[in-house]
Amino acid sequence: MKTIKEIEEEIVDEFSVYDDWMDKYEYIIELGKELPLIDEKYKTDDRLIKGCQSRVWLHAEKEGGEMVFTADSDAIITKGIIGLLIRVLSHQSPEDIARADLGFIKEIGLQEHLSPTRANGLVSMIKQLKMAAIAEVSGK
Amino acid sequence: MSDVFDVYAIRNDFPILSEKVGDKQLVYFDNGATAQKPQIVLDAITAYYSKYNANIHRGVHHLSQVATQAYEDARALIASCLGVSNSNEILFTKGTTDSINLVAFSFGELLKEGDEIIISAMEHHSNIVPWQMLCERKGCVLRVIPMFESGELDIEAYREMLSERTKLVAVTHISNALGTINPVKKMIDWAHSVGAKVLIDAAQSVQHMSVDVKDMDCDFLALSGHKVFGPTGVGILYGKEELLNQMPPYQGGGDMIATVTFEKTTYNTLPHKFEAGTPHIAGGICLGKAFEYIKTLDMGAIQKYESELLEYATGRLLEIEGMRIYGEAKNKTSVISFLIEGTHPYDVGTLLDKMGIAVRTGHHCTQPIMDFYKIPGTIRASFAFYNTKEEVDSMINALNRAVGMLK
Repeated sequence: MKTIKEIEEEIVDEFSVYDDWMDKYEYIIELGKELPLIDEKYKTDDRLIKGCQSRVWLHAEKEGGEMVFTADSDAIITKGIIGLLIRVLSHQSPEDIARADLGFIKEIGLQEHLSPTRANGLVSMIKQLKMAAIAEVSGK
Repeated sequence: MSDVFDVYAIRNDFPILSEKVGDKQLVYFDNGATAQKPQIVLDAITAYYSKYNANIHRGVHHLSQVATQAYEDARALIASCLGVSNSNEILFTKGTTDSINLVAFSFGELLKEGDEIIISAMEHHSNIVPWQMLCERKGCVLRVIPMFESGELDIEAYREMLSERTKLVAVTHISNALGTINPVKKMIDWAHSVGAKVLIDAAQSVQHMSVDVKDMDCDFLALSGHKVFGPTGVGILYGKEELLNQMPPYQGGGDMIATVTFEKTTYNTLPHKFEAGTPHIAGGICLGKAFEYIKTLDMGAIQKYESELLEYATGRLLEIEGMRIYGEAKNKTSVISFLIEGTHPYDVGTLLDKMGIAVRTGHHCTQPIMDFYKIPGTIRASFAFYNTKEEVDSMINALNRAVGMLK
C-alpha cells in the first residue's frame, strides 16, 4: 500500500508533463471519470458539501483500519479535483489523513482553487475529508 | 458598428484592458459585477492622496478646505448628472446595498404593522433582505411582483397589488442577472397614485443609459460607484428632501450632529444628517471624476453601440448547440445569462478563465431568479461600452473549445 506522500508524488509527476493550463484541465476532466462514485442512496443533503458552486456529495466509511471515500459532483472539473483528493486519501488510516498537508495541490498549480473566494469549495472538500478522519480518531 | 462611437479610442482610457491573464489577452465580460476604471479616475485617486488628503467639514486649514470643496463639488456634479438640482438630496453611502439599508432602516422607522412593501421577482439579494429584515422588525408585509418566463415583470399583477396599504415599492431599474429594463416610470406613477413611495435600484443603470431622476420622479434611487467606473466602497442614495427630512438618522456619530450634550443631541441638516463619521473622501471625489468622464461620452451613441454588441453576441451564442439564454426581454441591456445543455456553468467558467475570458458563473446574488428557472446558476457575460465584437468572437471560440472538452 502506497503512503499519502507517495501518491502525492505520483500525481505531481503525472502533471509535470503539462505546461499548458488547458491540457491540465483536460487531464483533470479525464480523472473525474475515474472517481469512485458515491452510492445513489447516499446522495442526500447532509452529505452535500457547503460552499461549492457545483454540488458535491461525499461519503466516508471505515473499512478495517482504513477510511474509504466515495463522492460525486454535477460539475466535471469538480469531480476531477475531488477524484484527486480521494485518490490520495482513500484507503489510508484516519491518523495519516488528519496529518496530511496535501502539498501536491500547490505543486500541480491548483492552489488558486484554495483561495477562499473560489467557488468550487476545494477548501470545504478537504475539511470534510479530514473531519471524517478526525471523527474516527477521536472516536477511539 | 456605430460610426460616431470609436470603441478603440475609448479603450485607451482604461489601462487594465491591455492586461494579460497568464499568457492570454484579458477579455473582461464581468462588468455587471464591477466596471473598470478610466485613467482620469486613477489619476484622481493619486492626486487626492498625494496633494490634498485631509479630513473634511471641520478643519480650518488649507488642505481640509481644498478636500471639503472637492468632495462637495463631486456631490454637486453627481447631482447634476442625475438631473437633480438640489445637492442636499444626494447622499454619499458605501454603495447600493448601504443605500438600500439606509432607506429600509430610516424610512422603515416611519412604517407600522400591516404596511406593505412591494419588491419584484428579479431583485438582487440586496433589494430583498433589507426589506425582509424591516418586515420582521415592524410587522410589515412583503409582496413580490411575479415575472414571466421571458424575464419581464407582470406589470398588471403589480397594478393589482397596489393599494392604500402599499407604503413602498422597491424595484430594480435593470436586472443584474437578466438584463431586463423595467418600465420604472410607469411603475412609479402607479405607486404614487396610491400614495406609495418608490425606491429604484439603479446599480445597473447609469453605466448603460442616462438617468434623469427628476423625470423618473422616484422618491429614492440607489447606485454603486464601482459599477459606474468609479472606486469601490462609495455609492449614492438620492432621496427627495422632504422625505429625508422626515426620516430619522441611520447612524449616529461625528459630522451628523448640530449640538451634542449628554441630555440631548440635535442633528445636522441634509445631507450631513445621514453621513455619520469620516466618509470615503477619496471615493466621493473620484466618483465625481467617474461621472465627469461619463459626461464627456455620448450616452445615446453608447446605448446604440451596446445594443448592437448585445445583438451580435446573442446571435453568435445561439450558434452554439444546446444554448439557452435566460432573460429575453424586449427591452434589455448588454447582459447575457446563459447555459449550454450538458455542461455545468462552473466548468465552463473555469475553462473560460484559463483562456483569459472573465465571466461570472453562479446565481449572481439572485437565487429567487435561479429558483424560478429551476437552474443552479448561469454563465453571465455582461458588457460595457469598451467591449468589442472581436472580444465576443474570442469568447465564442473559447466556449466552443470548452464545450468540446466537457461534452
